[in-house]
Amino acid sequence: MNQKGPRLGEPASLWRMRAVPVITVLVASALPLMLPLVASSPVLPPLGLLFFLCWQLLRTEMWPVWIGIPLGLFDDLFSGAPIGTAVFLWTAASIAIAYVSQRIYWRGFFHDWAIGALLVAIIQAVAALITHPDAHTGRVLGLALPQIIVSILLLPLFLRLTGKFDNFRLKRR
Amino acid sequence: MVRPAHRRPGQSRKAQYSLFVAYVIAVTGAMAGLLLALLSVVDPVGFAQLRIASQEITAPVARVSRSAIGSISGIDDAVSAYVGAGTQNRRLRKELAETRRQLVATSSLQEENRQLKTLLKLQETDKAAIANGYLLTSTSTSTKRIALLSIGRNLGVASGQPVRGADGLIGRILGSGPSVSQVLLITDVDNIVPVRRARDGLPALAYGRGNGDLDIRTLNIANNPFKPGDILVTSGTGGIYPPNIPVAIVIRRQDDGALARPLADPAKVDAVAVLRPYTPQDAEAQLAPPPEAVPEVPKAP
Repeated sequence: MNQKGPRLGEPASLWRMRAVPVITVLVASALPLMLPLVASSPVLPPLGLLFFLCWQLLRTEMWPVWIGIPLGLFDDLFSGAPIGTAVFLWTAASIAIAYVSQRIYWRGFFHDWAIGALLVAIIQAVAALITHPDAHTGRVLGLALPQIIVSILLLPLFLRLTGKFDNFRLKRR
Repeated sequence: MVRPAHRRPGQSRKAQYSLFVAYVIAVTGAMAGLLLALLSVVDPVGFAQLRIASQEITAPVARVSRSAIGSISGIDDAVSAYVGAGTQNRRLRKELAETRRQLVATSSLQEENRQLKTLLKLQETDKAAIANGYLLTSTSTSTKRIALLSIGRNLGVASGQPVRGADGLIGRILGSGPSVSQVLLITDVDNIVPVRRARDGLPALAYGRGNGDLDIRTLNIANNPFKPGDILVTSGTGGIYPPNIPVAIVIRRQDDGALARPLADPAKVDAVAVLRPYTPQDAEAQLAPPPEAVPEVPKAP
């Protein structure tokens, strides 16, 4: 048999198919703490969360619903929020996306954007409230608001980026 | 258009069970996560080591990226600087004139102060820093303001030690790892610094706002004593922060106090010093002479 060239119809490597989405989320979670940026307010969008949501919007069945537990735990180690916040919120988001994907059968781009925007807004607001339970509620929400708006505006870009990564993930040898 | 999901497992018992189990794991895990979050809010020190350990791993990348590009100093600051350039210019000119006048008055006071101090022969106890380092990076995606310091337990850094830059107070150490440590900045919402006005010693508290500014509150709200340009320094009350470290300058009066801007911008400082935590005993030791032999306590029969 000729083993040199790719065989016709051979699927992408299983290892790459599994690893690429997880690695993008992990790197995006840890990236803010690798940049030489000392911020005085939440200036960067939650990169890990955006990739996490985009992967699930793009490939609803790729991950089991509990994937938010390990990925959220990793994000908590770097985000500064109390450990367990993202575990809870990301898993809740997975369940929400799984539910929505059963209700809205054919989702389009604007569906995805709306679902992602709603989830980002809720997750960032609740995470801020969990982080500062004693502080004034309105002020804490006001602190998270600019970041939420920026994240929502960047969501289509992240959907595109995720699509690029998905093409790489499924590329035939 | 995304392909519709086929979550429904159909007739296969095995598929039905595995889907059910996935949901059970997810819900249990989410609840455990929520509990963990509430626990770590109550006891933030408990999980600090876990977090430090993970940041030890990314710290080398931060060190390299910092030395390669230097510090990206305050993106948000740069944006707001453009917006407020005109009014800021006017305000700064006014402040400059005011400061010149004060400088003349201060120079004479300084000389007087020096003479009085030599008279009192006050011992300056432990003014030296434990160690010096620089801020590598910080959390920038959450509302918590924690910066990563380039030194850790290897140089004697431990939690609770105050951190200052050349211009003023930066924050305090939250936790330290083998080679990096976390600094809770004074601008964090949960950080409160006891301060006093440099001019007359009026005591106040500085609360972080989380967006780079500080809220200054006094005990008497009825009569708001602050005016723009007031300098605030640490008072040493309650320990941790040694007295007389510059903290902030008042920029605007508010209904319940004042809005102040920290004098040391963590995004722009090059080196920071980790100081010994200040304890009220230090203050007493400065004032009172060292105690004589401790009187023996009679033993209970």
